[in-house]
Amino acid sequence: MKEFSYERPESLDEALQVLAASGSETEILAGGTDLVIAMRDRYRQPKVVVDLKRIAELYPTLRWDGDTLTVSAAATMTEIANDPGINKHFPALVEAAVVVGSVQIRNRATLLGNICNGSPAADTAPPLLAYEAVIVVAGPGGQRRVPINDFIVGPGKTDLQEGELAIALELTTPTRMLGGAYERMTRRKGTDLASVTLCATVDDAGVTQVAFGSVGPRAFLRTDDTGVLADPAAPKEAKAAVFEEIFADASPSVRSMRASPDYRQAMLRVLGARAVGRAIERLQELQGVS
Amino acid sequence: MSELIEIEATINGRDRSLEIAPNHTLLDVLRDQLGLTGTKECCVVGECGACTVVVDGIPMNSCLMLAVEIDGRDVTSVEGLATDGHLDALQQAFLDVSAPQCGFCIPGQLMSAHALLQSNPDPTIDDVHEALGGNLCRCAGYLQITEAVLVAAKAGKE
Repeated sequence: MKEFSYERPESLDEALQVLAASGSETEILAGGTDLVIAMRDRYRQPKVVVDLKRIAELYPTLRWDGDTLTVSAAATMTEIANDPGINKHFPALVEAAVVVGSVQIRNRATLLGNICNGSPAADTAPPLLAYEAVIVVAGPGGQRRVPINDFIVGPGKTDLQEGELAIALELTTPTRMLGGAYERMTRRKGTDLASVTLCATVDDAGVTQVAFGSVGPRAFLRTDDTGVLADPAAPKEAKAAVFEEIFADASPSVRSMRASPDYRQAMLRVLGARAVGRAIERLQELQGVS
Repeated sequence: MSELIEIEATINGRDRSLEIAPNHTLLDVLRDQLGLTGTKECCVVGECGACTVVVDGIPMNSCLMLAVEIDGRDVTSVEGLATDGHLDALQQAFLDVSAPQCGFCIPGQLMSAHALLQSNPDPTIDDVHEALGGNLCRCAGYLQITEAVLVAAKAGKE
């Protein structure tokens, strides 16, 4: 690993001052499960590493205020997976957080880091898109809130500007009854990167959202408001036609060693049907339909 | 050479003051600076678990942590399990069921198992599989390793 200087601010103000002074060759360290590898392999060679884990404002890491949950940049995957409120309101997010890496990785990796790292295969991107998370960004001019669909830009790229810090992510409990489910495909059970990631949510007005990743430069969010996907009685062929529209922008890389484009395309449709099916079941449980 | 950073940490029960290079991982410092070579370097990308140590009760990959991050923390490596030259119950169970074959992965397996038993003294076999899922054994001694953890848990109850 190349040499760098290490900064450990204790307040948000101090962190922003450090970022303002350190310039473009700066990396933010939260869980480090991507960054430390990148620095060792020298495809990231920062002059300054800013460790955000001592910033007082990031604790407690999970905070409810009415219907809004604020997940700070220091919240780990393990904390997400173990939180009863998140399990109740955002079960598909828990399903994604709990399959990231291994126990050791989840004890360090942060939810926000998973998004800021910008991997198209990030497990938590599809559920956060489907649940319409908002990223809270602090910068020299104050704070701004960015819908996650605008925050995610492309491989390794987010809307974050130089001098800014993503400090939290907000999730609001759905106003309608909503069932959600997450599915992923990996080569093996255990520590692996996903070849397809997909989250579906179905609400009681018949609107289905499908978010999917690892099949293009970023995770996509698509909506079906025809009611076809949400209808448990709709014929398979009708659903398949809707899925073709939803997945129109999927363009899996031919260079990936994890799975061929054809296989990913085929599995996208399998996971789509599976996730929508489970989301409908969860919605029916909420509605008390058996 | 970038500036060394002074930190204080408890390592295997002993308070230490250390001067750390920011670009050294916890694994580097344990092995090369402190001579604690029980912790193994293997994949260095967080896939194999050979470098697992327990930080404030939580198992982590020491290859993916900067050593400066342990400032003020309590770190246990495999050397911290035995007391006064006596193996702890978990280590003894690994020996009794012949869990180690080549032995390379065992320090990491022990630390994941140690953290599991600290937080869950009565694990099911599924709990053990989940807790040790991030520790690979190239000899494929998984049956014996799982058994050893269950044996140690049972011994702990008696």
